[in-house]
Amino acid sequence: MIAVQNLTKTYTGKTVLNIDHLEIQKGNSFGLVGNNGAGKTTLFSALLDLIQPTSGHIKNNGIKVSESEEWKSNTSAFIDETFLIGYLTAEEYFYFIGELRGQNKADVDRLLSGFEDFFHGEILGQKKYLRDLSKGNQKKVGIIATLIGNPEVIVLDEPFANLDPTTQIRLKKIIKDLTANPDVTILVSSHDLMHVTEVCERIVVLDKGEVVKDIKTSQKTLKELEEHFNK
Amino acid sequence: MWKHFITLQWKSFWRSASLTSGLFMKIFMGFWALWLAFMSAVGGVAIFKLIKEHFELDPLETINKFLIYWLAFDLIFRYALQKMPVINIKPLLTLPFHKNKIVSFAFGKTLFSFFNIIHAFFFVPFSITLIRNGYPITNVLLWNLGLIALVYGNNFLNIILNKKDNLIFLIGGILVLLGGLHYFGYFDISVYTGPFFQGLYDTSIITLIPIIILLILIGISFRSFSKDLYLDAGLATKSKDVQTENLDWLNRFGKTATFLKNDIKLIKRNKRARSTVMVSILFLFYGLLFFTGAIETYNGPVWRIFAAIFVTGGFLLSFGQFVPSWDSSYYPLMMSQNIKYKEYLSSKWWLMVIATLLSTVLASGYLYFGWEVYVAILVAAIYNMGVNSHVVLWAGAYVKTPIDLTSNRKAFGDRQAFNAKTLLLSLPKMALPMILYAIGYYAYSPYAGYALVAIAGMAGFALRDKVFDIIENIYKSEKYKTISAYKQKK
Repeated sequence: MIAVQNLTKTYTGKTVLNIDHLEIQKGNSFGLVGNNGAGKTTLFSALLDLIQPTSGHIKNNGIKVSESEEWKSNTSAFIDETFLIGYLTAEEYFYFIGELRGQNKADVDRLLSGFEDFFHGEILGQKKYLRDLSKGNQKKVGIIATLIGNPEVIVLDEPFANLDPTTQIRLKKIIKDLTANPDVTILVSSHDLMHVTEVCERIVVLDKGEVVKDIKTSQKTLKELEEHFNK
Repeated sequence: MWKHFITLQWKSFWRSASLTSGLFMKIFMGFWALWLAFMSAVGGVAIFKLIKEHFELDPLETINKFLIYWLAFDLIFRYALQKMPVINIKPLLTLPFHKNKIVSFAFGKTLFSFFNIIHAFFFVPFSITLIRNGYPITNVLLWNLGLIALVYGNNFLNIILNKKDNLIFLIGGILVLLGGLHYFGYFDISVYTGPFFQGLYDTSIITLIPIIILLILIGISFRSFSKDLYLDAGLATKSKDVQTENLDWLNRFGKTATFLKNDIKLIKRNKRARSTVMVSILFLFYGLLFFTGAIETYNGPVWRIFAAIFVTGGFLLSFGQFVPSWDSSYYPLMMSQNIKYKEYLSSKWWLMVIATLLSTVLASGYLYFGWEVYVAILVAAIYNMGVNSHVVLWAGAYVKTPIDLTSNRKAFGDRQAFNAKTLLLSLPKMALPMILYAIGYYAYSPYAGYALVAIAGMAGFALRDKVFDIIENIYKSEKYKTISAYKQKK
């Protein structure tokens, strides 16, 4: 589904991303871990064509992301708060995203009703603009908004950060449910090794922009990762 | 401890993103500040001569008469332009500083503000001229002391006013009322305030009054500030209950409606965007300067078109120049969604056209000055909708200044990046209709001039799709640069 080819990104002489080849199969759930500055967000930004790679390219569903915009209709992402519109209420934001992705209000409402647990009564009908919600609640809105319009590729940058324990557990369930759908490819980055080994079938470790580990998740994965990072 | 504050301040000034990126702008602003200072200094000397020889009045008394308005306008300018000292206080709160120290530093900073210094450029030369013309030194100095106290009183009054939302409208309203009553000769406040300012000069004891007022104001603002140094009090951003709005009636605009609904919410819910609406209302009155014949230089026929462009295009010019910067805080979202640029642009375009139409209707008050004036306004409205709406969007595509929607403070400060392209594109906005009108006016008749401008406006409509294509290409080719520029927080 996603194919990274000879991708590099250099800022003023410093290479922050250098990936020869990386392929992510359709229906896979893919985890990206690495310390600060490892290039996780850079990779996701390049995948979304928000930054221009210095060399190489990324293909999404066979389409080079920097050359065509065809991939946008089947891809959704939540990277950070710049994916939220601060002056809208949560409902307005969901409907706006819905309209962009060809979903009417009823469609969006149907989808949202499945996540009332996850929202925990703090999102819908709050009489607050998104900019006035707490960081964690903003994140909930951003994550659920990526599910609108049945996307085939979902990109979540650090979805577990800032969430309370209950919500983290619920989010894990949501991601696992998505993984069960063979049409949905999901890409998650995280600093939390435990979460990521739990929800991802495949984990790639980035270090200084390069792929240093590529693991198919098994019982031993968590231990292996902990050893890697405890150097 | 003061040393720490001052080094912090020094670094925050020199390392701010806006200084490094907008050096040209800083020089430009600096040039204007110097120019203003110079003009005030010259004015201080010249006004003495002017009043004495031209009007044969006592210069000091005359100035005293108008000082109340001087101070009132000073306050309004400060309210609109002067930045509050609060900005970087948060990280200091948990450090071992006394809160009083923090507040006194923040206040101390404002003492050196341009808004306080600028007065000296007028009053010092004026006072020197007074002394040289035989006014006693002590009295002149006392008068100055009183004025300094009043100017600084304004400084602190502004700090207090800034914390209340609506007080300034009250004060502005009273000012407009008093000014109007004075102008039409019903009631002259300066009759009552003039003697007070004169008293600063005549009787030394009166000078104590402004000084006491100043001390009280300092006390109040100091108290209210140090009391509010909590994250959930003075430093908090206010939020109030809001309702979800559907704006379904806009759906008749088809796909454009998705964005149109958002843009209307954008304007309604953000301070900065709302201020463009205020600007357009102010511009509605701009024509009064021209059509009443108040200023001689502006009586030429060509100026009519100039004024009319502003009267009908206030919103268009002030909103349009920042497309797409209005969406800067969520630009990555927009860029990763499947958005048709044409729909996005046409939403902004419709907003500007609707606003122009509204302004044109509201401007019908100008019929009072004769229907020829209103024809100028109608013609300018057509030109605005047909040509300027596109040119403004085009120029905006080159602007990469991120906008902080929630704060109004910089609405006047950074009058956007003055890059060569936007400057070049401002020519057809203003100059072209004036030239067209002049050609028609002088070659044939006033109506030929109007007709030419109107035809140009009509022709502009035909080019809409072409211009949208150009803008779309700019958006695409500048996409990465724009995203990274919008990431730079000020």
